Amino acid sequence: MKIIILGAGQVGVSVAESLVSEQNDITVVDIDGARLRALHDRFDLRTILGSASHPSVLAEAGAEDADLLIAVTQSDETNLVACKLAARMFNVPRRIARIRATDFLDDEKILGPDGFDVDLSICPEQVLTDYIVKLVEFPEALQVLDFADRQVSLVAVRAYKGGPLVGKQLKDIRRHIPNVDTRVVAIFRQDRPIVPDGNTVIELGDEVFCLAPEKHIRQVMRELRRMDRPVKRVMIAGGGNIGLRLARALENDYSVRVVEHNKRRCELLAARVDHALVLNGDATDEELLEQENIAEMDLFVAVTNNDENNIMSSLLAKRMGARRVVALINRRSYVDLLQSGEIDIAISPAQATIGKLLAHVRRGDVVAVHSLRRGAAEALEAVVHGDRESCRVTGRRIEEIELPAGTTIGALVRGNDVVMAHHDTKIEAEDHVIVFVTDKKTLPKVEKLFQVGARFL
Amino acid sequence: MHRFAVVVNLLGVMVIIFALSMLLPLGLSAYLSDGAETAYDTAIVVTLLAGGVAWLVTRGEQRELQARDGFLLVTLAWTVLPAFATLPLLSYLPSLSFTDAYFETMAGMTTTGATVLVHLDQLPPSINLWRCLLQWLGGMGILVLVVAILPLLGVGGRQVLRAETPGPMKDAKLTPRITETAKGLWLVYGLFTVACILAMRWAGMTWLDAVMHAFTTMSTGGFSSYDASFGHWNSPAIEAVTIVFMMIAGINFATHFQVLRKRSMRPYRLDAEAGVFLALIAASILGITLFLLAKGVYSDFWTALRYTAFNLVSVATSTGYANTDFGAWPLFAPLWMLLLVSFASCSGSTGGGIKMMRAILMFKQAFRELARIVHPRAYMPVKLGGQPIENNIIFAVLAFMLVYGATITVITMLLAMTGLDFVTAFSAVVACINNLGPGLGEVGPASNYAGLSDFQAWLLVGAMLLGRLELLTVMVLFTPEFWRK
Repeated sequence: MKIIILGAGQVGVSVAESLVSEQNDITVVDIDGARLRALHDRFDLRTILGSASHPSVLAEAGAEDADLLIAVTQSDETNLVACKLAARMFNVPRRIARIRATDFLDDEKILGPDGFDVDLSICPEQVLTDYIVKLVEFPEALQVLDFADRQVSLVAVRAYKGGPLVGKQLKDIRRHIPNVDTRVVAIFRQDRPIVPDGNTVIELGDEVFCLAPEKHIRQVMRELRRMDRPVKRVMIAGGGNIGLRLARALENDYSVRVVEHNKRRCELLAARVDHALVLNGDATDEELLEQENIAEMDLFVAVTNNDENNIMSSLLAKRMGARRVVALINRRSYVDLLQSGEIDIAISPAQATIGKLLAHVRRGDVVAVHSLRRGAAEALEAVVHGDRESCRVTGRRIEEIELPAGTTIGALVRGNDVVMAHHDTKIEAEDHVIVFVTDKKTLPKVEKLFQVGARFL
Repeated sequence: MHRFAVVVNLLGVMVIIFALSMLLPLGLSAYLSDGAETAYDTAIVVTLLAGGVAWLVTRGEQRELQARDGFLLVTLAWTVLPAFATLPLLSYLPSLSFTDAYFETMAGMTTTGATVLVHLDQLPPSINLWRCLLQWLGGMGILVLVVAILPLLGVGGRQVLRAETPGPMKDAKLTPRITETAKGLWLVYGLFTVACILAMRWAGMTWLDAVMHAFTTMSTGGFSSYDASFGHWNSPAIEAVTIVFMMIAGINFATHFQVLRKRSMRPYRLDAEAGVFLALIAASILGITLFLLAKGVYSDFWTALRYTAFNLVSVATSTGYANTDFGAWPLFAPLWMLLLVSFASCSGSTGGGIKMMRAILMFKQAFRELARIVHPRAYMPVKLGGQPIENNIIFAVLAFMLVYGATITVITMLLAMTGLDFVTAFSAVVACINNLGPGLGEVGPASNYAGLSDFQAWLLVGAMLLGRLELLTVMVLFTPEFWRK
């Protein structure tokens, strides 16, 4: 597939990185030559220097025969103009734009065919905010993801002492919580995946991935670990785009403090939030943390745009008594260094945010792709089409489907019903199937499985 | 004096228009043959001549009015027009001194409603109409002053909501041009006045009484054509209607304007002041009612509620009607009402006092300072309707409050020096500077300001003027900087 990516910022680079390995022809456009050179050195792709909204630059990037345009520059306006030009002048069939301002999303006409002609709009900051908000709602979870319009959630929990199910076989879960329909789709033990069956015993320190309806998440988690008291006080380090969104999302239900070092930004933050307290200072300043009772914080979230700052401030916060710390870390090497260390959760923004975008890019009718464990595993939501003849999934029982190794079908959503997958569950057309893939390399095979084709073996 | 020619020119035009407004009581007088016809003939001629001469002499001076001239114009308008307004009173009541007449007309133009006249019931209807009309005209002037002119001069509560601030509160200027804004506000004012006349007539007043009292209700003036004020009717229906319209007059007319234009109640909810105003009044009514019951002033809840509601709303909105002698209530009740009048009315209403806007800002500022002790590094802007308010505006409001407090203190001291007792002196100043009307003690609702000496009367005239023009507008004229070229 020929893909043009506009903007070589964090999102642009992550998208390029994810797609370049999947045999796509990628062209990246940016106005910053240094960034492009760095990108060019690392990956096998083409780079064009120029303004992403200029028709000549788009033409040079090969918009004439591109299959997909991904506009992820810093500026909403540039992204919108680029999408419109791509649609009207170059007939690029699919256009994705990063839109930050919610104003543009208020009316369908704005992004519709008569407007800016955007097929899909994404807002990484919002995705990340939602991600963190989930962690605040479910402080025991490592990650919480929603599928099929929030009908099913996937929750990752580490098994700790005090969980009734720890040390027991998986099939016991039915006896423990008979009224809850849940399914354990994967277990990571010492970073290695185990495909679980009824006889698998959960051990201390296991990272357990369970599917369950959102209202039952707490009950499921209670089986695996002692529950913490709910979060009341949250401190956010960094009042950038994410910090602000997070503060606004949390301020009505929690006591929120935002630490930001830039004074002018503080003024703006203070104007935009209603209840959250905006503090001017450095999140690595012990005195400030002390003054603001860091020891009383249930959650400390470091979301500045600097990895090192996030790491240092969350380590400091943890040391000074914050109950749980979450840090936003872009560099993958750092993430691997820190996970399961003193920082409770390290979030890789790129991985967390580009799922929706990747789902749109990938073949098959994949509705959502979520990265798990910093990209090592993925959870997909795919819609089944066709019939027994044209698709390798439709009309079959799960045990009949030739799933690649390390892949589990966790649940089906049929209309408004959630069906936990068992070996004899039959998949029908238009079902939303939630698939758990522990080895990313098998992803293309899984996608192919869900494709409807006239000829197949 | 060339510099002020343009001001005199405009003032001349105002005086001419003002003279024409005297045609209304003249017409009534002629229609009823109430014996005061001749009082207006001379007054109209003199006023027209004075205005005409001022206008003709300065006609050649065509220059744009500058912001600075505005202070002078506004202050002159509120001092010169009451002077001409005394003419009908003086010629009908030869025994009335100029001081008392000027006190009366100033209380009219500033919508204060303090009166030195006794036996109102026996005055010709046209003279009473003239008094009420003065208040109505004063209210009209105030609306334009506070919403359209004072913000331009950088004084007054509305400056916090300048047109540049984004968001729901962008109502400082309703339309791009001041003349259009003024017309819009007057239209709303007129519509409510007509509605008030009809409602009062329906509730049982005569047409003439309804017109006069609607004039003084919508302007929160408080003149009545009866010595007993609303005690004359002793009618709960009339009192209920009046309460509603006094409350309307206590809310920002710019908000009313938007409500009528958009045909939605949303602007009331977005108005940061209206909600607090209504809640405060409701809570106060309930509290005082229970207080009066507990003190045994009234034995039955509904009677207590009726008298409390009417008198409290009347005082809090700075109207100043009474249907009973609330001065005889235990001191806490009238004192609380005097406290309310100091700040309850919304900015952009015809009510007096420092306005709810400033009170809210002060309250928030005080809390910010407290919070700052706990969180020394926090950024906590004072916000109104979700919009942060700049610090220099907070300072301006602080300065205003200081001047307000100082003015009350100084005038109270001066009155005390003349021999008035403290309650009378203090309540008279509070009642005048907040444009309320009746005070307590010797100037309470059961009596009036007739017993004051000339010096005391002039002090209170000053208080009324200062209060109505938001203090600084007048005080700036007494600074040397203002007169320097």
